Amino acid sequence: MALTGIQIYKLLPQTNCKDCGFPTCLAFAMKLAAKQVELSSCPHVSEEAQAQLAESAAPPIRLVTLKANGHEVKAGNETVMFRHEKTFYHKTGLFVRVRDDEGPDAIKARVAPADAYAVNYVGMDLTLDGFAVESASNDPAQFEAAIAAVRSASQRPIILISRDPAVMAAGLKALDGESPLIYGADAANWEAMAALAGQHSAPLAVIGATLDELADLTQKIQGAGVEDMVLHPVATTLGASLALNTQIRRLALKKNFRPLGYPLIAFAGNDPVGETIAATQAIAKYAGFVVLDHFAPETVYSLLVLRENIYTDPQKPIQVQPGVYEINNPKPEDPVMVTTNFSITYFSVANEIEGAGLPGWLLVTDAEGMSVLTAWAAGKFDAERIAKAVKQFSIADKVSKKRIVLPGHVAVLSGELEEELPDWEVRVGPREAVDLPAFMKQAL
Amino acid sequence: MPVEIPKDTWTGAVREVTIGATAAEGGTRATTVTIGGATTMPFMHFEGSIPHRPVIAVEIVNHRPDDWSHLLLDAWGDAANDPAAWAKAAEQAGADLIQLSLNQTGADGNPITPESAVTATKAVLEASGLPLLVFAPGQAELDNELLVPIAEATKGERIVLGIAEDKNYRTIVAAALANDHLVSARTAMDVNLAKQLNILIGDMGLPLDRVIMDPTTGALGYGIEYGYSVMERLRLAALQGDAMTQLPMLVTAGYETWKTKEAKVGEGVPQEWGDWTARAINWEVVTAVALLESGADIVVLRHPESIARVRAAIDELMAVPAAG
Repeated sequence: MALTGIQIYKLLPQTNCKDCGFPTCLAFAMKLAAKQVELSSCPHVSEEAQAQLAESAAPPIRLVTLKANGHEVKAGNETVMFRHEKTFYHKTGLFVRVRDDEGPDAIKARVAPADAYAVNYVGMDLTLDGFAVESASNDPAQFEAAIAAVRSASQRPIILISRDPAVMAAGLKALDGESPLIYGADAANWEAMAALAGQHSAPLAVIGATLDELADLTQKIQGAGVEDMVLHPVATTLGASLALNTQIRRLALKKNFRPLGYPLIAFAGNDPVGETIAATQAIAKYAGFVVLDHFAPETVYSLLVLRENIYTDPQKPIQVQPGVYEINNPKPEDPVMVTTNFSITYFSVANEIEGAGLPGWLLVTDAEGMSVLTAWAAGKFDAERIAKAVKQFSIADKVSKKRIVLPGHVAVLSGELEEELPDWEVRVGPREAVDLPAFMKQAL
Repeated sequence: MPVEIPKDTWTGAVREVTIGATAAEGGTRATTVTIGGATTMPFMHFEGSIPHRPVIAVEIVNHRPDDWSHLLLDAWGDAANDPAAWAKAAEQAGADLIQLSLNQTGADGNPITPESAVTATKAVLEASGLPLLVFAPGQAELDNELLVPIAEATKGERIVLGIAEDKNYRTIVAAALANDHLVSARTAMDVNLAKQLNILIGDMGLPLDRVIMDPTTGALGYGIEYGYSVMERLRLAALQGDAMTQLPMLVTAGYETWKTKEAKVGEGVPQEWGDWTARAINWEVVTAVALLESGADIVVLRHPESIARVRAAIDELMAVPAAG
């Protein structure tokens, strides 16, 4: 069971030596209780206390890492059920599955574009995380050939799929030096699979249809010396899968129930339509890894964006780069509108203008990621900052008419802005982005 | 080893709200739709009761919306030329509810008149037996001018009138009160704003089982995480017993999606975005499913294919697994 800050404090040296970086042992104890620091930051803790604290210090959901050729995908170490309670930490790893009976050429042809895929979203390049290779043939040689085909097109981490230990051994040999995920162990094969996981220091996926079955297996496998596990609660409907994922996460986080304190893997199914929906749920509701059967840019793009959105830290808004954004290929005579660099603010404004098909220059100021009203109230969006952005991004060189439109919510700034930008005409636009197209048509 | 299933204990429940009235109840609807009533978080059948499934409202417009993506107009075909035909098509496509959006301008390009808005509403009521939501253009004064005569002309139908916002809820709520209708209360992605508007509406004497709240959302990629978390927080508060959050939630997933470049634009976009039609539908479906997972009771959609996919997802989410 997790210890409270006070209980942990009693086990610490209580010298307030500050070697851990915190002013007092109590402060450090509180951080430990919140699982925000590692016990190893304290150089003076006794061995006895260490043993007692180890249980408490271990994260309730074990961090599992798949490694290959400089790529890593991590899952686990999550601390909350709902993202608003703090944040979700390790973005769901997205994998595309190939089967060894497709043949090496077909595999290569499917893997290469998926591996190269990168899509830009608010200035970030989003990519897939790796590939799952399944032995459909149950032939070790064919499995190895399929893995070699994947490796000829991608260096990303791999999930190996076979329930046959002999086939899995061949797969692991082919990926010597990597940490692929072994999928997986069930009631029939767990001993041999656990032995393989131990030999190759690779994490092991555990397959079961009920919580009882999964907890049974993880305890046996842990007894065999394997620590890094991933759970696959097998369910046939979205509802059943949601219930199992939620129950496992709750047991780990709220009850500190070690046998289910591992990240989850989900298979999104082989129907392309259902796959998108299943993956949507898996990303939102607790899967650490999701395996897709298809690679289609229009699907992967939506899932990568969803993952980005769900895993955004609610306390750190996504920002867009300050600068001048050209919307619908504006000409020098087109209007200049100003807004803040909070991503939602930017998108609301840019979308309305773009959607209406009206050309314009959108000047995005650095308001530290706040929306117009919040930034104004916090002093991060004032005449001085707007004038600074006008100069910094040399917008005057791009337009023939020096006319700038302020968001209606900060109409109060217009006088000051006229003083800051004496050769500009300052206009006050609508308060809401949705009214911008009408304003642009009528007033500009 | 036997593992005890961890159940949260909740003291509150979402209010049940019934939309539409049959002839016996003073309206003309063939069926009514009841939402809400849940005593647990979305689809947690193992720990509470979820008496009513989330439903799909299909958005139609009083005349052909030329500002809509042609992907949508092509999918609806000629039905989009006429709200009555469109309502029928929406019903066939799997709608549980019809949401009639009133465009600011009429078919002739002139501003919409109260008479034409009433005519369109009545035409939809005649064409389809499904319960109806009528959403005015979202301009306080105009909305009042349109919704009051609509409410009067359809007295007893238990239509959901929208959109009640802090700046113009009074007239709309009064019209709902006087004519046995409901309101949809919209606030901007904030728990406290939502509660405040619900209190104000309740203070006017409208029973809260005639109020649906629309906490607003962004589409996938455009702020969905804010809507998603506000909905989770509202639903958690409701289950913890906060009466002013215990209203079913409506989200306009279709409207938000079809504003995005990903759905609207087919040319001159990055190749990585993939096939346009498939992407646009994905965008609407992913947005809707994520918001169902966070507590939506009504999702308003636009594309017929999205309706089918989201309906299939709701079916699976509502299939109560065998005990154990």
